[in-house]
Amino acid sequence: MTDSVSPELDARFRAAAAAEGLLDVAYDVLTDTPIGDLLVGVTDHGICRISFDADPERHLETLAELHGSRVLRSSAPVDRVRKELDEYFAGKRQHFDVEPDVRFLPEFNQRVLEQLARVEYGTTTTYGSLAELTGNRGAARAVGTVMNRNPVPIVLACHRVIGANGNLTGYAGGLERKVQLLQLEGALL
Amino acid sequence: MAATIPPFESFYEEYRTEVLGFLGRRLGRDRAEDAFQDTFLRALRAYPRLEHGDHLRAWVLTIASRIVLDDVRKRKPAGELPELPTEENWHPAFEELAPLTEGLPPKERAAVVLRYGYDLGYDEIGAALGSTEAAARQAASAGVRRLRKETT
Repeated sequence: MTDSVSPELDARFRAAAAAEGLLDVAYDVLTDTPIGDLLVGVTDHGICRISFDADPERHLETLAELHGSRVLRSSAPVDRVRKELDEYFAGKRQHFDVEPDVRFLPEFNQRVLEQLARVEYGTTTTYGSLAELTGNRGAARAVGTVMNRNPVPIVLACHRVIGANGNLTGYAGGLERKVQLLQLEGALL
Repeated sequence: MAATIPPFESFYEEYRTEVLGFLGRRLGRDRAEDAFQDTFLRALRAYPRLEHGDHLRAWVLTIASRIVLDDVRKRKPAGELPELPTEENWHPAFEELAPLTEGLPPKERAAVVLRYGYDLGYDEIGAALGSTEAAARQAASAGVRRLRKETT
């Protein structure tokens, strides 16, 4: 017999919470992208999470631990990322303007991701050469681990990193998605 | 061991229906919607200062009660207060209970205000405080005894 919270009231609160700057992380689920549903999380400093596992239940605790307990689903703060991703998937954007927020990562990971950010749309590089650029020739395996734990795939384009022998190697979102993204960029036929 | 503080999303999902119901019974449906938003915004502001995740239900209902009081104070044209329970003839109008009960221990204060200010049953109060009906009854009567001592 309790009144349930209407979708309008719910949306109104979630929008107000974001508008008043009270959230550590605002997240939303983007449905129907060409590579499936994506969970997107943003902080005041930029985009902190993109996941191919779009079930929020599996992310709430981690997001709260990394960024603070005020984690709430709210669509407005995610709009900018949503728009840029839409344009990217439509082939109309080659470079993201939203800043990745990776402050919480170990320094080595941050340095590797900085180098990754310089790999151009439509091209590929190897784990080994990223390692070299980071000043750690021979750390290809460690670079692979950093790619695997990349909190913001697509925006930080770890799909552009492949094995030295031309093998696609692996992808946290599954090889199929890596192929799709490289094809979208024209790096693969 | 104290419970950990859940991500706000989980907290909100768990209590939003109950908070809206609580507010609806006191303010009516329309005003309850504004009060609902105020309650959870206030909770969001205070959330980083929580030290543990115990008694979150009592915590959010307490915030909701304060929002109700604020709302009633703001709107009250004198003499238009809701009907109050009459079985105890000493009690003042319920917006006056808040300052009067300031000196009480938190649990007793909450029990007194919810019982005589809002006319909640002891079962509801027990639930709101995260304890039992008997404990709520005890807290309210201890609070009343203490108030009588103070005012005589």
